Amino acid sequence: MKVPVRIPTVLQPRTGGAAVVLAEGDTVGRVVGSLVALHPGLREVMLESDGSVKRFLNLFLGDEDVRYLRGMDTPVPEGSEIVILPAASGGRRR
Amino acid sequence: MDLPPQIRDAMVAHSRFCLPREACGLLALDGGGRLRMAYCLTNADRSERTFTVDPREHVKALRHAERSGWRLGGVFHSHPGGPARPSPLDVARALEPDWLYAVVGAPDAERPDVRGFWIRDGRVVEEPLVVTGERGR
Repeated sequence: MKVPVRIPTVLQPRTGGAAVVLAEGDTVGRVVGSLVALHPGLREVMLESDGSVKRFLNLFLGDEDVRYLRGMDTPVPEGSEIVILPAASGGRRR
Repeated sequence: MDLPPQIRDAMVAHSRFCLPREACGLLALDGGGRLRMAYCLTNADRSERTFTVDPREHVKALRHAERSGWRLGGVFHSHPGGPARPSPLDVARALEPDWLYAVVGAPDAERPDVRGFWIRDGRVVEEPLVVTGERGR
């Protein structure tokens, strides 16, 4: 099943400029695996060494943050879209 | 860049409401690059020194902006008691090269300073914000 994944501007240099990539999979984890297989340059900036998504990136299935669903095991229904959003954050000091 | 007074006032009011914590939100621009909306959102850090826009509110703002024919094109936050300039942590965490980064300095002051910046590859360039209707004052 093909799933459109929206790529944020900051990561588009690693997808050849594509803002949307059609990846494949029936869970969030499999879609992410397909995405980084299609665009290997994404792996180091998106994923930790254990395969989890880096903390500064948020993944949404539709409008739901996958952290509040079943994480990488979340099933992806037909017709869904995955959105990658970088965290908007900052501050005066750590 | 023009800063509509309603958007300036919304950022300042949200920054005052959130005191003593840092306030934050997102900015929507139309196809002409004009500021159209300030989404006043929750600081998920609940901190006086850091901010993270609540991710679930972030995606709601994205959907609203797109339904309105706009795009998310910026983020704002406050520096309670501090200047309206990006801190080193703001610069380190600025991930969107085409976003405007607005900072509300000292929101409890009588006339808080609101400034905008581009942050690209660690470099900060101020974008002068001209409050619509206040030119030449």
